[in-house]
Amino acid sequence: MSNNTVPSNKPVKSTDLHIGEAAPGCKKRDPILVADGVSRTFGGLKAVDVDHVEIPRGAITALIGPNGAGKTTLFNLLTGFDKPDTGSWTFEGRPLSGMPAFKVARMGQVRTFQLTKALGLLTVMDNMLLGAKGQAGENLFRAVFPFFWSKQEEANRVRALDILERFKLDSKKDDYAASLSGGQRKLLEMARALMSEPSLVMLDEPMAGVNPALTQSLLDHILNLKAEGMTVLFVEHDMHMVRHIADWVIVMAEGRVVAEGDPHEVMRNPAVIDAYLGQHHDEDLGEDPAAEEERVEAIKELLD
Amino acid sequence: MIDWGAIFSNAAVELISPTTAAYALAALGLAIHFGYTGLLNFGQAGFMALGAYGFAISTLSFGFPVWGAVLVGIGASVIFALILGIPTLRLRADYLAIVTIAAAEIVRLLFTTNTFQSFTGSANGLSGYKGGFAGLNPIPEGRYGFGPFEYNEYDWWLRIVAWSIVALACLFTWQIMRSPWGRVIKGIREDEDAVRALGKNVYSYKMQSLILGGAFGTIAGMIFVLPRAVVPSNYQTSLTFFIYAILLLGGASTILGPVIGSMVFWVLLSFFSGFIARAVEAGWIPFITSIQAGQLRFILVGVAIMLIVIFRPQGIFGNKKELAFVK
Amino acid sequence: MLVIFLGLLFAALTMSTFATVSAGPAHADEVGTDEYEFVLTGNVQFDQKPLDNVLITVEGGGYEASVETDAEGKWKVGVPEKATYTVSLDEETLPKGVVVAKGGNVIEAEFALTKVKSVNFFLGEGTRTTVSFFDQFVNRFVNGLNFGLLLALAAIGLSLIFGTTGLSNFAHAEMITFGALMALLFSVTLGVPIWLAIIIAVVLSAGLGWSLDAVIWKPLRRKGVGLIPLMIVSIGLSLALRYVFQIFVGGGTSQLPGSGLADMKLGPIRLSMIDLASMGISIVVLLAVSYFLLRTRIGKATRAVSDNPSLASASGIDVDGVIRIVWVVGGALAGLSGILWAYFRPGVSWDMGFQILLLVFAAVTLGGLGTAFGALIGSIIVGLFVELSTLWLPSDLKYVGALVVLILVLLLRPQGILGRKERIG
Repeated sequence: MSNNTVPSNKPVKSTDLHIGEAAPGCKKRDPILVADGVSRTFGGLKAVDVDHVEIPRGAITALIGPNGAGKTTLFNLLTGFDKPDTGSWTFEGRPLSGMPAFKVARMGQVRTFQLTKALGLLTVMDNMLLGAKGQAGENLFRAVFPFFWSKQEEANRVRALDILERFKLDSKKDDYAASLSGGQRKLLEMARALMSEPSLVMLDEPMAGVNPALTQSLLDHILNLKAEGMTVLFVEHDMHMVRHIADWVIVMAEGRVVAEGDPHEVMRNPAVIDAYLGQHHDEDLGEDPAAEEERVEAIKELLD
Repeated sequence: MIDWGAIFSNAAVELISPTTAAYALAALGLAIHFGYTGLLNFGQAGFMALGAYGFAISTLSFGFPVWGAVLVGIGASVIFALILGIPTLRLRADYLAIVTIAAAEIVRLLFTTNTFQSFTGSANGLSGYKGGFAGLNPIPEGRYGFGPFEYNEYDWWLRIVAWSIVALACLFTWQIMRSPWGRVIKGIREDEDAVRALGKNVYSYKMQSLILGGAFGTIAGMIFVLPRAVVPSNYQTSLTFFIYAILLLGGASTILGPVIGSMVFWVLLSFFSGFIARAVEAGWIPFITSIQAGQLRFILVGVAIMLIVIFRPQGIFGNKKELAFVK
Repeated sequence: MLVIFLGLLFAALTMSTFATVSAGPAHADEVGTDEYEFVLTGNVQFDQKPLDNVLITVEGGGYEASVETDAEGKWKVGVPEKATYTVSLDEETLPKGVVVAKGGNVIEAEFALTKVKSVNFFLGEGTRTTVSFFDQFVNRFVNGLNFGLLLALAAIGLSLIFGTTGLSNFAHAEMITFGALMALLFSVTLGVPIWLAIIIAVVLSAGLGWSLDAVIWKPLRRKGVGLIPLMIVSIGLSLALRYVFQIFVGGGTSQLPGSGLADMKLGPIRLSMIDLASMGISIVVLLAVSYFLLRTRIGKATRAVSDNPSLASASGIDVDGVIRIVWVVGGALAGLSGILWAYFRPGVSWDMGFQILLLVFAAVTLGGLGTAFGALIGSIIVGLFVELSTLWLPSDLKYVGALVVLILVLLLRPQGILGRKERIG
């Protein structure tokens, strides 16, 4: 695997993000997202059970943990794509819990998905334009009369082209997104999220299934987001992938936050080694093979 | 011998018939639902029934003028779309399919039952509501046209109005589909979660699409009953399937596809039935009766639906890349 | 067990009787006579006196019309095709003390050489037995149970197919009709004893399920056609098959042997031997299917495939084989359900399956898409609802109630009664 991929420029790490001991749920100096008592169960299994967690503003935070740790579920909850059993959270001081996903996005908290959701039968440019906020032409009645929206559309187009250039996708702007490679789709999804000028970008396994060459460029883009003043929270499976770029690492296991801290310190934390590194951290991405095997066994038993 | 002239001219007549216009408009509404938004509406027959009955009942029972009757029909279809959409648009696509098909049947059964006979005429349906529409006709009395396209002033008036509405609807749909609104709609067809993550209220857009396409179906229902009577048995589920056949034939996410699809559908159907009927009369096909010949066309439509979906899913006019289907 | 019930059914059938139809000249209050050249007409009289405002309904070949008699007791209905129509007289609209004396209030009318066909009912003095609400309720309940059980046979097949392949199979309607048509072909046309005809029909229905999978669905799965295109293909197939049936059997209704059997009284419940046999067969078959799903290796494999096909495949299950078996079982169940439905309606017609397709879908959705036992529960609810709603609703609205319930349930519990909540993202 591409464990040794590093960003091309040495990243500038943000430090001094937390107050007091770097322990699970510790206070941050300037949190952008604060969650309390968030839990979600699937059929009796507690997928997420987080007492308290804070995400520091203006930094890159990595959410790591073995598969089935509840990272993606927590992501879905925080972005309004799933409803928690209990819990509340605030984003930039405003309560977010119970808010539908589209409102969460409008507040400046934009996410991507583990399985890339490029809109295949729209052109790359249309994908980008869809990301822009507050478009007059998205109202059905104004849509009929182009003079309500054509100026704004032109401005968005210029901005989209600018972002596409940075992501080296400008030559593809009139192609259907379906014709892009997997890695290019990941880039497009990130670029599209930028169109909405978010303050918090949440990336769900941005590096999954991307070839090593592109991984490097992805890492650079993530660093650029921070350089432009955005906060980044990303889910990653592989510890080594994150240590170069993350300023802060939150480790989840079995639905709970088990450790937090600076990437290098977290790797030395015995709780993390127990819960995560001790197991199959170098296994392939995707389904948890052990759980898979267990289920296959269960089915075989059922059959006999 | 077979009278080929009659077969061809009967088929040609279908090209501009109001029925063809009505099916084209209903199919355009379905294109908005299915082709552009990815909504599986199987209740287009219900929307059409609401248009037909809304227009006829408000004219006959309440003496509404034409514009009032049209508004009643459209109002009814908006309410119908809300009732369908509120429980299902948050759920998986196939739930909408089942609920719309069931709701259209409910509508048909309610119009068929004897319980409301004084309003709906139950199974016999309604007639005698065309006076208001005919009264607006500026064309002087007489017969006009050439060849097979010779009609009296009412028939011309009806054709002009029907096709003007279809043309306007096409222009309107073309305009909104190239606007940012249309972009959101097409995005929802591709992946609604992605669109949601970009801050768009997907539920509201789906509802708008359902209402808009339904309103097209409703107006189509009104055009459909202007050359004939309102009969409840016309609004069975197979009507919806016919409109799907037209839509798939023309291309599900195209503007002109539904129109050309409807023309091709009706011309071919008329040609085919005319040919079979005459061939049976002439004794060319000894083993079937004329009733059975009439049923052959349904078999043809069914087989055509299957073949198009399997071998040319983008339809006649669809872009090969922009396939029509929701995954 | 099954043999006992089939024997019971056979015994019931040998006792069957048939109604007769007579004709006379008439002119009438007219409906649809301008549009259509074929006309059904009749004259409703009692004791030489005409009866007006009696409601007559004509139905057949997808066409339906109703008419009230005029002051001379006459009626006339235009129909589109020279086919067989079901003419029924609404006894509620007869004056007090008058009932249809013999032959019943439903007559099958078939055109002879002319374009006009006379249909007359024999009225006689008598009182319609007014039944207490409780008795009606119990009767309707039992009827609903019967209907629900036969729906369940079709619904479980549909649900298993949906669960294992993801296909919403609209052509299931034609698999239902096929069973009844085959039973009709072998029993009436070829004169095979009905119990044997039913067995042959069920076997042929299983064969139909197998061949549909082999000829259409398996190649399309291989081709990687999406679920929604597949569903539309099934709609096209349904339409084509339905009219192929009509070409062969026409637009009329035919009766399977024994369907006119008289009711027996069991306390307040009025049931015929056929009804009892039908319920018995349904229950036995449903138990057998449950045993198959819960206890046999193949049944467990089927549930595993429904649960997660790729995982099942990884466990060494032959997914294609399981799907083939599901189609065979689904076809057989649908065919049997069609035969029982032919006795319940009563009558075999080209679009009989399509008439209940929506109810079957409603049952499957109510129970939770893709769960076999949910389909059973959903079917019984739909069956009971359809029959019980006639206590309050006019009978021509009885399907409306069930469909409204479907929409309401989706509103309150979208995943269905036994369905699991879906995980998003």
